[in-house]
Amino acid sequence: MDENNFNWKIGGEAGYGILSIGAMFSRAMLRAGQCVFDYAEYPSLIRGGHNTYEVSVSPKPVYAVRRPIHVLVALNQQAVDRHVDELADDAFILFNTDNAKVGEGVCKPSQTVIGIPFEELALKSGAERVSRNTVALGASFGILGAGMQLAKEVIELNFSLKKKDAQVAVVNVAAAQAGYDFVKKQLKKPGRYSLRIQSKPGRIILAGNDALAWGAIKAGCNFFSAYPMTPATSILHTFAAQAPKYNLVVKHTEDEISAIGCAIGAGYCGVRSMTATSGGGFALMTESLGMAGMVEVPVVIVESMRPGPSTGMPTWTGQEDLKFILSASQSEFPRIVMAPGDVEQSYQYIQSAFNLAEKYQSPVVVIMDKYISASHKSVDPSDLKNIKIERGQVVTENELADSPDYLRYVDTADGVSPRALPGMKGGMHVANSDEHNERGFSEEDAAERARMMDKRYKKQAAMAKEIPAPEIEGESHAELTLITWGSTRGAIQEAVAMLRDQGHKINFLQIAYVSPFPAEKVKDVFKHAKKVAIVENNKTGQLAGWLREQTGLSPDFKILKYDGRPFFAHELVATIKELL
Amino acid sequence: MLNQKDYTSSYTPTWCPGCGNFSIYPATKMALAQLGIEPHRVAMVFDIGCSSNGSNFYHLYSFHSIHGRALPVAEGVKLANHSLHVIADSGDGGAYGEGISHFVHSCRSNIDMTYLVHDNHLYSLTKGQASPTSNRGMKTKSTPYGIIDQSFNPLATAIINGATFVAQAFSADIPGMTEIIKQAIQHRGFAFVNILQLCPTFNKINTLDWYKQRVYKLSEAGHDSGNYTQAVTAATQPSEKLPLGILYQIHKPTYEEGIPSLSQMPLVQRSVDRIDITESLKTYN
Repeated sequence: MDENNFNWKIGGEAGYGILSIGAMFSRAMLRAGQCVFDYAEYPSLIRGGHNTYEVSVSPKPVYAVRRPIHVLVALNQQAVDRHVDELADDAFILFNTDNAKVGEGVCKPSQTVIGIPFEELALKSGAERVSRNTVALGASFGILGAGMQLAKEVIELNFSLKKKDAQVAVVNVAAAQAGYDFVKKQLKKPGRYSLRIQSKPGRIILAGNDALAWGAIKAGCNFFSAYPMTPATSILHTFAAQAPKYNLVVKHTEDEISAIGCAIGAGYCGVRSMTATSGGGFALMTESLGMAGMVEVPVVIVESMRPGPSTGMPTWTGQEDLKFILSASQSEFPRIVMAPGDVEQSYQYIQSAFNLAEKYQSPVVVIMDKYISASHKSVDPSDLKNIKIERGQVVTENELADSPDYLRYVDTADGVSPRALPGMKGGMHVANSDEHNERGFSEEDAAERARMMDKRYKKQAAMAKEIPAPEIEGESHAELTLITWGSTRGAIQEAVAMLRDQGHKINFLQIAYVSPFPAEKVKDVFKHAKKVAIVENNKTGQLAGWLREQTGLSPDFKILKYDGRPFFAHELVATIKELL
Repeated sequence: MLNQKDYTSSYTPTWCPGCGNFSIYPATKMALAQLGIEPHRVAMVFDIGCSSNGSNFYHLYSFHSIHGRALPVAEGVKLANHSLHVIADSGDGGAYGEGISHFVHSCRSNIDMTYLVHDNHLYSLTKGQASPTSNRGMKTKSTPYGIIDQSFNPLATAIINGATFVAQAFSADIPGMTEIIKQAIQHRGFAFVNILQLCPTFNKINTLDWYKQRVYKLSEAGHDSGNYTQAVTAATQPSEKLPLGILYQIHKPTYEEGIPSLSQMPLVQRSVDRIDITESLKTYN
């Protein structure tokens, strides 16, 4: 028996409610006291196409989605055909006899195949055909042998959150019960994968975007302007829903140019402001990004990546925008670029982003990707760290009265010039996107130009001193050191643990603050590492290139993946073993 | 008593002799002074262009943004601190070319700000190319054989898209322009003023004489600015007739009034300390 340790997957057509039922399954596992990590694949369509949702369940923390699949629910033929290779030797396959079949020899004799008339059971329960997904939820609980209570709970929760009529929940619970009973009758022996409900240790379940949005709200970000773009959109949804309760101003603007423009206007006034988009929207924002750099306005920009170029694969994942973000907008100006690696970091780092933006009066780009933005992870609320709020230097009206000759861009030791905010008596100035002098007036004198460029770059040096250096995680005296950034962290954590169990010592360095780059720390890591491999979800090794630019060093290996899918731990394990 | 000097910076204006900006600039300052709005209570967001070089010449909270994007920045300013008087200031290129989408959507939003567009029918800082409001057939450096396009109609666009104050002024009529700008600033909602502006350096077609033959005052023509049909009619006349004055003014709730979070105080005054999200996080269980 593998109690509380299994990977569940459901697949079906877009429109079958795969994402909705997957999220309900995740939540039910959380309520069963388990740790959870989930991952959904779906095309950029509302109807048609193939959707999947997989949930990895364990009593101990899960850092990335796990394979192989132990329980597969296939709501159509594609779900059987596409995922049969992902199954464990002793997996359970629940397939839809209303529209699919499992041919002879498709599954191994050690696997258990159960045909279920999902749609027929839904209709018989008084629900509609679309409730095939709730039948599947019940059937899954039948396999896990944990009773129906939690399934019932999440179904009722789901329909109450959607503000559906109470009767909708009642018939869906009946549909789930029908699936549960059907499986119970079919199952000849107790399931190998089972769920034992444990007392709930108070964990919650958050996607990266949820954690980021709440971290921002906690940090006092009360202005959010955005234009919807997958996979950043759910940040807009969270902010919009919470606007009345937390006194937020949320503007769905006409485009991304306006989104960042509004955020810059608000940041200029002294409000903590943010926008969020994906690569395409960020491309539209780039001219304004430079404006924030030149005018020295604090603003936080979230860029949740998806595979490109151009429209690319809107609902899939990748880490292909790093170099673009590092050099976005014409010319040169200091910027802070950070990339959280998991849900907890998303919550924490976004708070730092606001502190850094205001302290250095600079744009801060927070890089996410579809995998981290959309995957849910169970977290212990005590692991969601709150950062002390630091607002940066702002003058007061009294100070302005005492020294009437206010210079907005006064050249200081660290390049930071205290801000006067609009409305303050005596602080009038030009906030200027033209090159300017200390007063803010447009200025094209050679010496002044060079001086102001140097002033802005003094801030970069100050930022670099403040930003925490990354730390090596995992085994000491490792055979191989992995260097990575962003969401790849989770699969690496899983892979390092798996390799440890197989007797291999591997460690890793996650570079969370990508710019300014922690060059000294990285040099030191190279000095002590036996071999170094960079792991990135892109074609060309963008972090490797940036690292080389900053340190002159190159890794021994690059482990790259650019098929729109995240790294899976088992793949990394196989690749790493070849390198050892 | 406030006067023009209170809004005047130490930077000497760099416009060409005879430029209409030399009239729009004092008219704007006089409007502010006559309304008794102190300089630190004004945030003025500029585009890029000849008119927007004025960002250096005003003594108030001046923001020199990028081409076409004055409105988004101004909107962010207004929503962050709606106690400020916010003026967005652009030329016809930035307003009707690069920034046209922001113009239409700001009209829809009815956000409480003033939008002054210096409309000289030409791109002048880049030395004389066709603008969206250049007349059809006009020969410019970018259209040496004549403009093919129909010229853009800013007044009608503003009226039909929900602006609650739509006016046209003429840079050669400083008193009339001052009065219109005053009323625009006083208006609660999106107040748009298209200012017909002379560019003696590059625009040799739309000259003072050309305008004098075409402009007329709405106030002397029995125009009812509360009447939508009359406003649209006045805005869509052939270019031989150019109305001056307020074409349209109605009162509707502003964008900020639709945001509950702004009902008690400007956003910037809200404390960011001790925001408690504990209970909200518990719902993710």
